[in-house]
Amino acid sequence: MERRATFRSPLLPWLLVLPQLLIIFVFFYWPTGEAFHWAFTLEQPWGGGRQWVGWQNFQEIFGSAAYWSSVRTSLTYAFGTSALAILIALLLALFIDREVRASRGWRVALIWPYAIAAPAIGMIFRFVFDPRAGVFSTLNALWPGAWDPALNGTHAMLMLILAGAWQLVAYNFVFFLAGLQSIPRPLIEAAAMDGAGPLRRMRDIQVPLLAPTFFFLVVINLTDSFTNSFGLVDIMTAGGPARATEIMVYKIYADGFKGLDYSGAAAQSIVLMGLVILLTVIQFRFVERKMHYR
Amino acid sequence: MKFRLTALAAGLALTLGAPAAQAQQRQGFTFWYGLTGQLSDVVQEVCKRFNDSQQQYQITCTSQGDYAKALQNTIAAFRAGEQPTIVQVYDIGTADLMLSGQYVPARALMSEQGYDVDWSNYIAPIAAYYANSKGEMLSFPFNSSTAVMYWNRAEGRKVGFENPPATWEDLHKALVAMKQAGSACPMSMDFDSWALFEQFTAAHNIPVASKDNGYGGLDAEYVFDNQPLVKQHFNNLLNWYKDGLIKVRTPESGQNVIASFASGDCNVTFGSIASHQTVRLTAKEGLDWTPALLPVYAGHERYNTRVGGASLWALKGRPQTEYKGAAAFFAFLATPESEEFWSTRTGYVPVTRTGYERMKDEGFFERPENVGREVAMKSLLLREPTPLTKGLRLGNLTQFRAAYANEMQAAFAGQKSMDQALASLQEQGNQLLRRFQQTYRGKTLP
Repeated sequence: MERRATFRSPLLPWLLVLPQLLIIFVFFYWPTGEAFHWAFTLEQPWGGGRQWVGWQNFQEIFGSAAYWSSVRTSLTYAFGTSALAILIALLLALFIDREVRASRGWRVALIWPYAIAAPAIGMIFRFVFDPRAGVFSTLNALWPGAWDPALNGTHAMLMLILAGAWQLVAYNFVFFLAGLQSIPRPLIEAAAMDGAGPLRRMRDIQVPLLAPTFFFLVVINLTDSFTNSFGLVDIMTAGGPARATEIMVYKIYADGFKGLDYSGAAAQSIVLMGLVILLTVIQFRFVERKMHYR
Repeated sequence: MKFRLTALAAGLALTLGAPAAQAQQRQGFTFWYGLTGQLSDVVQEVCKRFNDSQQQYQITCTSQGDYAKALQNTIAAFRAGEQPTIVQVYDIGTADLMLSGQYVPARALMSEQGYDVDWSNYIAPIAAYYANSKGEMLSFPFNSSTAVMYWNRAEGRKVGFENPPATWEDLHKALVAMKQAGSACPMSMDFDSWALFEQFTAAHNIPVASKDNGYGGLDAEYVFDNQPLVKQHFNNLLNWYKDGLIKVRTPESGQNVIASFASGDCNVTFGSIASHQTVRLTAKEGLDWTPALLPVYAGHERYNTRVGGASLWALKGRPQTEYKGAAAFFAFLATPESEEFWSTRTGYVPVTRTGYERMKDEGFFERPENVGREVAMKSLLLREPTPLTKGLRLGNLTQFRAAYANEMQAAFAGQKSMDQALASLQEQGNQLLRRFQQTYRGKTLP
């Protein structure tokens, strides 16, 4: 029994979606088109003219050690943040789902961090990780020089991952909790009657049934870490030390807006866009299709 | 329907017409600048003083964030045809704007509007930075500074240094003595290239790049890595860091060098004279300190340092009447009264000789709150600027500075030797210069 709304005039549906199409055109296709154009030219910042240079911008970025370092940094950050955020969120959701004491309150508290803007988080964590005054300064009090994000690239990256994961945990938590609550109770009750303890039920029933949520979150977290990490990096490390935290989006900003190399930055944005599209395609083609349990 | 349209048009005309009518009495124009916080407040005071000083023009001043953001916003506005009449551009954005040709040169602007300006009144090393190859100023210096050493006098006396050391060798001795006396941070530094690299080369008359640091053409190349003194200097800094004489203080690690000095944590640091105000206002109670000339290595003659800060440009493409206002504003800024007002409320130096003389005559530099600020003037006016000390006219300097920070961090973190870092920096710098040259192919510096 299929119900379908039909329009008498073929024009009306187009008119109805027109505002949406316009918005997408103005804020996505147009800038993307411009970026493509710039990526193949050398653009003078003050608009004095541009010249066609073919693939030169791409050759230069692929031939630059700094660019590949930013790709590595982005991957480290994206996978580190996603793994940590998913793991912690899953644990928290499992606990809340078991109705530990005051879980209603915890639930609200755990959703809040997602509403905080990245630069604000950056400021807060800058204090937390401050080598002389922050929480981590106790490390330095015990072993001088043990914690030095200003010069040690690993420390700086760790600091970013912790801050990034802290924010994503909240987002992931919401999805995991919803996923857990949609698992049919009879399954869990049956397992309990068969003598499975809480840990066993988590391992054999709840976590496997969460697989679709899990894969959805992996893709979302990775994409988010690639594109939304800018605020944290800008406030906490500015890409340093020695490019150790210069992720791809930050390099685009630094080269394009600070350095006024619009063409090089446009070429980098195109590569990044390709990467994010690839991730999304993987999600739609493989993950979504194979992960149907019910 | 027709009535409604007319009513709408009438309403629009009324709302739009009201401010237009006011503007008819006073010619409005806009000024965008890249200063924030207390400095932005002072700029607003300057604008108000200008508006109150005459009846013909009305300036509207808007802070656009820091220097880099102000430049970004101006370029975006320019490309959309919405640029301000006057914009403040920092020293290293000068080359881009000069090559773009999208400005009204200072001389042309003033003569067209009927102002007779004595250009030799502008202090030579300041004027040279913003001048074309013929020595004619293209923009107006506004907030000008130079690099100095900040010296904790009390801590210096404790280890037998009555005065700030004049040579790096003596500074080293002082730092060692301070450490032995128990100081946890004899000197602080960050990875900003301005004071410890760019101004260092000026004070020693060492070239950063060929063709007179780029003044001679876009095909200049970086040559600092071939200078033994540059290598020696940076290896010294690294060794002193390893010896615990220097501590790294960056904003990202929670404390910048100026704060580390003002709080009394570190005894010596390097920075802009503009920070004099910050140190004075935030200094720990009883901190006995002074700015001093940058040290030079023993056996080297001392040269003048370069001007830093930013200048004001009149952009092309505005209605002719607005340039009348712009010229009036520039003339207003060059009066000794305006200069004194600006220097009193900020840490910047006067930019004209008459302004400087007047401030000297009035005992400005003897006032307790300004003691030590004459050091910056001394540093700038030490001698006639040479082709190497008048400035850097190099493209993509912002990216070069970022590369400098990254290479220094790599060397200080022990990932590579200082010599490798400098060689790599020179190579990256040359790539940036070639890219800049290609972007502006067929154009020459004015």
